[in-house]
Amino acid sequence: MRYLGLLYFTFLLFTTASLWAKPITICESCEIKSISEGVKRAVDFDTLLVKKGTYKEFNIIIDKPLTLIGDNYPIIDGEKKGEIIRIISDDVTVDGFFIINVGTSYTTDYAAIRVVKSDNFLIQNVVLEKLFFGIYLEKSNYGKVYHNKIIGDAKDEYNSGNGIQLWYSHHVEVSSNIVQGARDGIYLEFSDNITINNNKSTGNLRYGLHFMFSDNDIYTNNLFEDNGAGVAVMFSKGIIMKGNTFRKNWGTASFGVLLKEINDAEISDNTFEENTIGINIEGSNRIDYIGNNFINNGWAVKVLGACYANSFKGNNFMYNSFDISYDGKLNDNIFDGNYWSDYTGYDLDKNGIGDVPYRPVKLFSYIVNKTPESIVLLRSLFMDIIDFSEKVSPVFTPDNLLDANPLMTKVE
Amino acid sequence: MFKILKYSFYDLIRSRWSYVYFLFYLLLGFVLLFLNNDVSKAIITLMNVIIILVPLISTIFGIMYFYNSKEFTELLLAQPVKRSSIFLGQYLGVAGSLTLSLVLGLGIPFVLYGLFKSDAIFDFSLLLVTGAFLTLIFTVLAFNIALSNENKIKGFGYAVLLWLFMAVIYDGLFLMSLIIFKQYPLDSFSLGATIFNPIDLSRTLILLKLDISALLGYTGAVFKKFFGTDQGLFVSIFMLIFWTVLPIWRLVFVSRKKDF
Repeated sequence: MRYLGLLYFTFLLFTTASLWAKPITICESCEIKSISEGVKRAVDFDTLLVKKGTYKEFNIIIDKPLTLIGDNYPIIDGEKKGEIIRIISDDVTVDGFFIINVGTSYTTDYAAIRVVKSDNFLIQNVVLEKLFFGIYLEKSNYGKVYHNKIIGDAKDEYNSGNGIQLWYSHHVEVSSNIVQGARDGIYLEFSDNITINNNKSTGNLRYGLHFMFSDNDIYTNNLFEDNGAGVAVMFSKGIIMKGNTFRKNWGTASFGVLLKEINDAEISDNTFEENTIGINIEGSNRIDYIGNNFINNGWAVKVLGACYANSFKGNNFMYNSFDISYDGKLNDNIFDGNYWSDYTGYDLDKNGIGDVPYRPVKLFSYIVNKTPESIVLLRSLFMDIIDFSEKVSPVFTPDNLLDANPLMTKVE
Repeated sequence: MFKILKYSFYDLIRSRWSYVYFLFYLLLGFVLLFLNNDVSKAIITLMNVIIILVPLISTIFGIMYFYNSKEFTELLLAQPVKRSSIFLGQYLGVAGSLTLSLVLGLGIPFVLYGLFKSDAIFDFSLLLVTGAFLTLIFTVLAFNIALSNENKIKGFGYAVLLWLFMAVIYDGLFLMSLIIFKQYPLDSFSLGATIFNPIDLSRTLILLKLDISALLGYTGAVFKKFFGTDQGLFVSIFMLIFWTVLPIWRLVFVSRKKDF
């Protein structure tokens, strides 16, 4: 990857060199020794080439459209004094830096790179370590955050920051980043039309992805693994989640995805594996769940209520302790044509669809919902017996909560 | 006492049923490991088997042995041997051979599949320890039942009922009371109820050691806080010992006074 970055950089170097004037070179033995000075001397649309070395600087304010390029990952060391780079101009590119030691504060959100009210920015190939906030986009639109690596060492929620944070920023693309060990890996608030692709958000203290009041966003092919509480998607509409993997969010209060007040979304082809709760749904309407894999979760889907017109079609539910947990009425939610590994029915006419409907809510999961303490009877013989008898003739579990067309083989 | 223990033990070791029991566990262990090859996953499945089958087999085996060797016991009673050593010797012989079958039967396949190299060794030893305790407890309970009931049919009936109560009915009553009193804080109640039944206690001890404990949520956290500490472990071990020692004491006490 490093070489790729270099290649890209040389390519960029050539093109920019031919397009504009000679780049301003910054190095320890050059005429210009610091990045701030370089920015001061540059005119609009200049390119600053920062050679390898260590630059102990903070509060670098980029107030004109510039391209900052790091040659072989120069280190910018903020020495924990505060913010490191602040972009307050449109059309700024920051490429190929190694930024460490962002200041920690309880009153100001210091970030390694902060973009304020500026459009068309590009932040790529940046490595951040020992950070408070990583990349902070504030009211900045039409930009791209690409191929960065953010490695935090957050221990407590109160004195740590988020990896990539978007606040009132629209039409931004966040892709191919690696975020780990931050408080929230990627955090979005009031940000619409965002695309989040191919990121890896792992081992974060709180959420891998945290999503509030942000509409019409798309996230695809991301990996969220081993985060404190998983991924939280709240108070948003028109979300598309496709091909993501949510794994190993395992703990007493963890889940793969938490959906709260989400409307008109599409959740398809995702994999939920080894989470305490695969999807936790609350007050979410008109969501299509299609072709997802739920494997080895404690609860695959936990529906808490106030959910209408959701449909689960063509999903695989495999080896979960509980497939569905349902609190309250079915409403007009639909389970149809899914594959359930616990299904024991038969298919006489060989059309691939089981002839007996499948009831995904076990009596035990129903009881646990009513009295949470009864979970201590997990895996006891008594529970197996009453689950079996309930399966044979349902008395307590909602009568109409069933999959009328359970598949005999799993959906590929 | 040791002579009688030795005699009972060797008698059982040579008997067919011990071998069947031993081979059953051996086969179970191999099949489980062959099917999923993952030592820690196999332990979960094994737990289900152990907490149900071990008490059942111990109960049935204990009561069968007592009734079968009744004539021999009466012969021994005519000799100048202490009564307590006759019964204790027989009991330890039965429980010892059952425990040995269990430990060896499960131990061999797991050791062959690399138990010592995996980090599940602690969970596995906990499983064996609780299995051994369950054997001790349910055998002595069976002996007690047999001692108090001359009628074999009645004795068998009570023994099966005992197992049914501990393994199934107790949990049912437990669940009922949880549902009825759900308005009240039930953490300490459920903790107490769990500790009081050796089968539930074994199940909880093993579950909490495994990954699956994350499913238990808030209640699990309360349990983990209790069982995770030294004090909790001490209390549960004490409870298992209590369940073993109290019936043994009764066995000795009743046998001393009983008119054969």
